Amino acid sequence: MAYLELHELRRAFGPVVALDGIQIELAAGEFLSLLGPSGCGKTTALRLVAGFDRPDSGSIVIDGKDITRLSPNRRDMGMVFQAYSLFPNLTTEQNVEFGLRIRKHKRGARRKRVAELLELVGLGHAGKRFPHQLSGGMQQRVALARALAIEPRVLLLDEPLSALDAKVRVQLREEIRRIQTQLGITTLYVTHDQEEALSVSDHVAVMWSGRIEQVGTPSEMYGAPATPFVAEFIGTMNRLQAVVVDGDRGEVEHAGTLLTVDAARGRSRGEKVLVLVRPELLELEPSTNGSTAGDNTLGGEVVTHTFLGSVTRLKIQGREAELIADVPTARVDSLPVGQPIVAHVPTAGTRLLSLNEEPASDEPDQDGR
Amino acid sequence: MIVGAFKNAHGGATLHHMHQIVQQPYRDQYWLTIKVSLITAGVGSFLGLCIAYAMIREGTPRFLRTILTTFSGVAANFAGIPLAFAFIATLGTIGIATTFIKDHLGYDLYAHGFTIFGQTGVELTYLYFQIPLMILVIAPAIDGLRAEWREAASNLGATSWQFWRYVGIPVLLPSILGAFILLFGNSFSAYATAYGLAGNSVFLIPITIGFYYSGNVVSDPHFAQALAFGMFVVLAVMMLLYVPLQRRSARWMR
Ligand SMILES: Nc1ncnc2c1ncn2[C@@H]1O[C@H](COP(=O)(O)OP(=O)(O)OP(=O)(O)O)[C@@H](O)[C@H]1O
Ligand SMILES: [Mg+2]
Repeated sequence: MAYLELHELRRAFGPVVALDGIQIELAAGEFLSLLGPSGCGKTTALRLVAGFDRPDSGSIVIDGKDITRLSPNRRDMGMVFQAYSLFPNLTTEQNVEFGLRIRKHKRGARRKRVAELLELVGLGHAGKRFPHQLSGGMQQRVALARALAIEPRVLLLDEPLSALDAKVRVQLREEIRRIQTQLGITTLYVTHDQEEALSVSDHVAVMWSGRIEQVGTPSEMYGAPATPFVAEFIGTMNRLQAVVVDGDRGEVEHAGTLLTVDAARGRSRGEKVLVLVRPELLELEPSTNGSTAGDNTLGGEVVTHTFLGSVTRLKIQGREAELIADVPTARVDSLPVGQPIVAHVPTAGTRLLSLNEEPASDEPDQDGR
Repeated sequence: MIVGAFKNAHGGATLHHMHQIVQQPYRDQYWLTIKVSLITAGVGSFLGLCIAYAMIREGTPRFLRTILTTFSGVAANFAGIPLAFAFIATLGTIGIATTFIKDHLGYDLYAHGFTIFGQTGVELTYLYFQIPLMILVIAPAIDGLRAEWREAASNLGATSWQFWRYVGIPVLLPSILGAFILLFGNSFSAYATAYGLAGNSVFLIPITIGFYYSGNVVSDPHFAQALAFGMFVVLAVMMLLYVPLQRRSARWMR
């Protein structure tokens, strides 16, 4: 049974529909990320759960109790904001202690708990400092400790790392995950960074324009995107517009080339589809005569190299579309810029999305990438 | 001025004036001036703070804020004889408000000891520019209170009152103290308003100084300078009290 349930939440600000009926369930101890581009309604959803805002309709249920109308100070939610949320007039210790003081815990117990928490977030030495004397990363650690101090029923984080630099961001997200697992606390995490969401979550819910597009484990989201938007938003994806030619054999036609993909089996002839291929699944070979030799291949020419470490990302100008392929860096010398190539499209491992029911305007914006 | 305060009528050095200004009736006049200033600065700060907060709070329509800011800008500078007459016309013996209250609410202000020409009248009139001044100087500080602080506090279980007690007021305190001092000085040195209103009944030091300078009664500029020097001393003492308080309240900024 779900521990936290957001049920058909709707919220509009004048003409702007920020949430258009979202439905999310979290099991106790689960870490779920709300992932989506800027303006899709993530913060709005989180604020409804925290109680800073009220939904137009729908309900929020925690542990079987409806808390939709409960005021925020009685919800026992721990919230970590994007930045600058520490009380500036209180020291690190006093910030962490705040919730306990409000709850009238005994002084000795408070001291002990504060010390534990500061130790937990690695700030045992900075207890006497004021917020402006801490770095951005330290401030967020304190904010985390402050939220955890009250032993909240749910931990809410709204892009807690987005104001930090890349290195601290990676370090701190792992730490948040470690602490979350250690305490077994149910966590709702908002981010627009797909890498962040995939790396720390049990489940990811991709949001777009006030709706949940898909919920799943990180590997499901990556390997089996359910909508073109998710396919585009999570990771990098080649999207080949194609038409089903033969549903029995799994044949589709893209830019005048016949491709056989398992995912096309059982589709009806003439159906418009998107063939989705991850860059690491495209196999490249230099082509000697410029022909598209062999089955399931697309021709093209290497346009750019982007070094990414162990792999190099190649942009390829194909006949109809641009392709992106990740090639082991050790092999890249045989594929210089300007080299004509053939790209093998794997039969297995590709995904297919039907375009028939998708409106043509479904171009996702590229913000969160 | 300082040198003049220590000179006698013939230009010789003297401490005579210094001795004189702490005697009656001047001692009482200093006290009265200080009292009026403290009261109008205190009440003005408090009411100004409340109004400024109500105006800046989320949910208050933007246009109300614009109107109130503009009005404050004008009102804070509305002082002197015109203000005095405006108040006499409103709350004087036959002022509009006085008559209205008497005729429609059946309460005769003047029968119950109120007079615009007394200390309370002066204080009321001063508030007319003190409150707007407070609104103007404190608004930026209130703007600086982040919504996240309030939300974080309520998230941690605090009531609105607890937020103000532990976070809001302490964060604003340095600004409030600064504004209070400003208001105190503003009212302490106000002259024309009180003169126009109650020049013969409420003896504030600035009015007395005026008498000695302009020579309506007796002209003794050196004694006037001595009285002004006394005012300077009072302000200096206020600053001596203010600086450590301000330091303490702003400890978390350093
Ligand atoms: N208080 C508000 N008044 C008016 N419109 C609002 C308000 N809060 C949010 N919106 C609108 O609702 C939509 C969703 O906003 P929200 O802040 O939830 O997006 P988000 O997904 O958190 O985006 P970001 O990644 O930029 O933080 C946006 O179009 C925003 O302009
Ligand atoms: Mg947001």
